[in-house]
Amino acid sequence: MELSELYREVILTHATHPHHYGEIENPDKKAHGSNPLCGDSFDIEIKMDGDKIAEISFVGAGCSISKASASMMTEMARGKTVKEFYDLLDKMEKLVRGELAEKDTEELGDLAALAGVSAFPIRVKCAILPWKTLKNAVEDDG
Amino acid sequence: MNSLSGCCKKDFPTLKVKVYGKRLVYLDSAATSLKPESVIESIVDFYSNHNANIHRGVYLLSQEATELYEKTRTKLKKFFNTPKEGEIIYTSGTTAAVNLVASSWGRTSLGEGDVIVLSGMEHHSNMVPWQIVAREKGAKLIYIPVTDSGELDLEEYKLIFKNHSVKIVAVNHISNVLGTLNPVEEIVRQAHRYGALVLIDGAQSAPHIPVDISRIDPDFYTVSGHKMLGPTGTGFLYGRKEILKSMPPYQSGGDMIEEVSLKNATWNELPYKFEAGTQNIAGFVGLGAAVDYLISAGMDRVRKHGEELSMKAREMLSSVKGIKFYGPEKGSPGGVLSFNIEGAHPHDIGTILDSEGIAVRTGHHCAQPLMKRLGVAATVRASFYIYNDEQDIESLYSGIHKVAEVLKLGVK
Repeated sequence: MELSELYREVILTHATHPHHYGEIENPDKKAHGSNPLCGDSFDIEIKMDGDKIAEISFVGAGCSISKASASMMTEMARGKTVKEFYDLLDKMEKLVRGELAEKDTEELGDLAALAGVSAFPIRVKCAILPWKTLKNAVEDDG
Repeated sequence: MNSLSGCCKKDFPTLKVKVYGKRLVYLDSAATSLKPESVIESIVDFYSNHNANIHRGVYLLSQEATELYEKTRTKLKKFFNTPKEGEIIYTSGTTAAVNLVASSWGRTSLGEGDVIVLSGMEHHSNMVPWQIVAREKGAKLIYIPVTDSGELDLEEYKLIFKNHSVKIVAVNHISNVLGTLNPVEEIVRQAHRYGALVLIDGAQSAPHIPVDISRIDPDFYTVSGHKMLGPTGTGFLYGRKEILKSMPPYQSGGDMIEEVSLKNATWNELPYKFEAGTQNIAGFVGLGAAVDYLISAGMDRVRKHGEELSMKAREMLSSVKGIKFYGPEKGSPGGVLSFNIEGAHPHDIGTILDSEGIAVRTGHHCAQPLMKRLGVAATVRASFYIYNDEQDIESLYSGIHKVAEVLKLGVK
């Protein structure tokens, strides 16, 4: 169990300086997600452009893993179609469960740093929470 | 047992476990305590030498099993100084005990507009069962507020009785998050003055301080065996006999009946009316061994030990940058120390401490309303018990420095 694998520099940076943190004006869709066990709680808002996630923001409180995951997710999901987001979500889940092939991690950019979570099963939920919340936001029909 | 040195690490086999190759520093006894060898042995001995069902068999083994099972009840009666026979009802723990009262007493005694008084520092298990019965019966919940210093606001508590028909007050003896010892005698006196009943949740007090139920004089008192060195799935409900008599059975089936016909049944005497089905017999035998262990440790010393360790830990950690404590300044009789560190989420702290072999609790500790009152989503809770010592506090202290190092606190 290597802590440095979990708390990589890029994760700590995202956690302390999260991207797209805040609210957007007149969001088209939104969702709230929480992990009752640890008290992590996130609100995600998005603006759609047709089938594309045009804008995305999040607010909330959580551990470094969930916060960094949320921050990186906003970077990755912006500009993606819903279908592309689902593909990404699938890869992300495999990544944190340690089921993603090494070669498939390349296109994930910063997100690949979350691979270290797979050695800490109890923290997988933290990494996935913002993604599940975004999925709910995407599927939010008012 | 000296005040700060652990008496008895050698009595607790779990402490020999290595965590990632490191010594286990177990600081989560408020969740469940470790079990001494004597408790584990008593369970093995029961299953090996006395295993039979109780109260039914005419054969020797069944009589032995019944005796062992009932002997624990006698020990508990003495240990907690309960007034009469038949007032200790075995349950799987505090949660089941509160549910029993909320369901059996609550459903038959509460009505529209009646008030149930809880406190803002209750564990969910002394909150949710009341919420459910209140919704069902149209009763109202009123909470005793928690002051900034983490105590119950007794002035506000007393005011509740002026304007409401209070039927029952249910509060904890020691808070599982803050470690605050609540003035239960005063709480009981006030309620009784107005004819209201009182349930005290003793989950955190029973393991740590001498509890004299006759003196506190509550109508119900609930205890979890697994937090006081006993096996999981054990605990009890103390209830005042006259009230227990008037309450209908909670669960029904075997052992709780007197006579059964095709259409009807009459109930067995107390406490068996509330003990339907085959109980956790071996577990209660183990709980008896746990009581023996605590008697020989001496509850006054156990209390002092918890207070001193939690105070010592607070002193030592107070030099950590950005640390904030929640709970009594002078050490908790429940051996509890809750804190947060600025810039570090409790969950991260928990994972990093775990990598050092240190087991602490992180999260909302099943007390979300209290977390809200404290203005936090979660805290780190270190809880100390008789097998902890100063060395464990030092490990926690170095562990916290490791947290700062890994999370690069103070760097960014």
